[in-house]
Amino acid sequence: MCLGVPGQILAVEASPLRMGRVAFGATVKEVSLACVPEAGPGAWVVVHAGVALECLDEAEARWMLESLAHLADGRVGEEG
Amino acid sequence: MKFVEEYRDGAACRALAAAIRRKVTRPWSLMEVCGGQTHAIVRFGLDELLPREVGLIHGPGCPVCVTPVALIDQALAIAARPGVVFCSFGDMLRVPGSTEDLLSVKSRGADVRAVYSPLDALALARELPGREVVFFAVGFETTAPANALAVAQARREGLRNFSVLVSQVRVPPALEAILASPRRRVDALLAAGHVCSVMGTAEYLPLAARHRIPIVVTAFEPVDLLQGILLAVSQLEEGRAEVENQYARLVKAEGNRPAQRLMAEVFEVVDRTWRGIGSIPASGFGLREAYADFDAGRRFGVAALGGAESPDCQSGLVLQGLLKPMQCPAFGGACTPDHPLGATMVSGEGACAAYYRYRRFEPAETP
Repeated sequence: MCLGVPGQILAVEASPLRMGRVAFGATVKEVSLACVPEAGPGAWVVVHAGVALECLDEAEARWMLESLAHLADGRVGEEG
Repeated sequence: MKFVEEYRDGAACRALAAAIRRKVTRPWSLMEVCGGQTHAIVRFGLDELLPREVGLIHGPGCPVCVTPVALIDQALAIAARPGVVFCSFGDMLRVPGSTEDLLSVKSRGADVRAVYSPLDALALARELPGREVVFFAVGFETTAPANALAVAQARREGLRNFSVLVSQVRVPPALEAILASPRRRVDALLAAGHVCSVMGTAEYLPLAARHRIPIVVTAFEPVDLLQGILLAVSQLEEGRAEVENQYARLVKAEGNRPAQRLMAEVFEVVDRTWRGIGSIPASGFGLREAYADFDAGRRFGVAALGGAESPDCQSGLVLQGLLKPMQCPAFGGACTPDHPLGATMVSGEGACAAYYRYRRFEPAETP
């Protein structure tokens, strides 16, 4: 039920529900961006039940993936 | 960056599993709170990658599964009313009430519709001004902003033919009940990432301190789950009991403030009954008095009466992590996804349905 799907904002309209078009791969859906008032086109959001819950932080995502790549390479010790 | 494929990388999963193996020195039981996490663990076989010492217990985080029979009976009574369009998330439609489910009512002519969002139900109310559109507002904190948004918008638009039957539950009080139980067998928690994206992490600090338990906010992909497990096992091995955030790409410590304001405007904290578990104080949200006009129970004069669970269903023990699905005598026999006795066999996030779908029939170990 708490499934959240990452998507990228294509466009935002000025309305009380702050509806926007969000691309989930090839699928585009109308989503409320009311809870992410700062997010504009290009931003990544996680959407649940037709509402964007929060913005994804690309820098955090990259940092985590890089630290995992080091773990896979054995460049980091047992602490991970 | 697509935020999905990167977190399903096999090499990263193997490296994390190896790191967990190097770290662990004794048996630990970890509970993943969210049904979405349970589903991913079973689907990707992540539990089979783990060393024998690390056991996973499936938690209560499936809102469909914990919605009490009495509320489903209330939904059935409202859905059967002439003129009602009853809207629900799809996985509620086959959850059994005392005697039947929403699909049975639909088969007798009721207008029951599966929708993706409460905003879809709101759109229906605009399109069908002569009908009463009711949305079954089930969910954890993740779903509360969408439900609150729909109610607030209905009032803003003056939509008088829209109402909600609310069954909103809150995770921390349920965890408190599980951790305070004398039967507790959980050493660490993987907290539900999307719940925390709304609520933040502050609610979990007193839980971690009071029960001396590591709590790691964790996302839903295989790499995420294994990293969450590594962080939890590291804490246990090092004697720490802290709240950590594995899902930092989405979850902020303070959560989503606009979503919290919206929820506080429409909802207040109430006691709730959890199917299979019982009443838990302050474990849910209900509509504030200012929004009572949108309460479907009041509008139709239908109360939630005590409904009876099938005596053969042991979902309460499954939801508390005290029983694995295949240890239930009814699992796979009297109870299957086609003929479910309880909600944990219906919802895609229910532990019983996940075990059935991915053919986990062998009781390999005690939980």
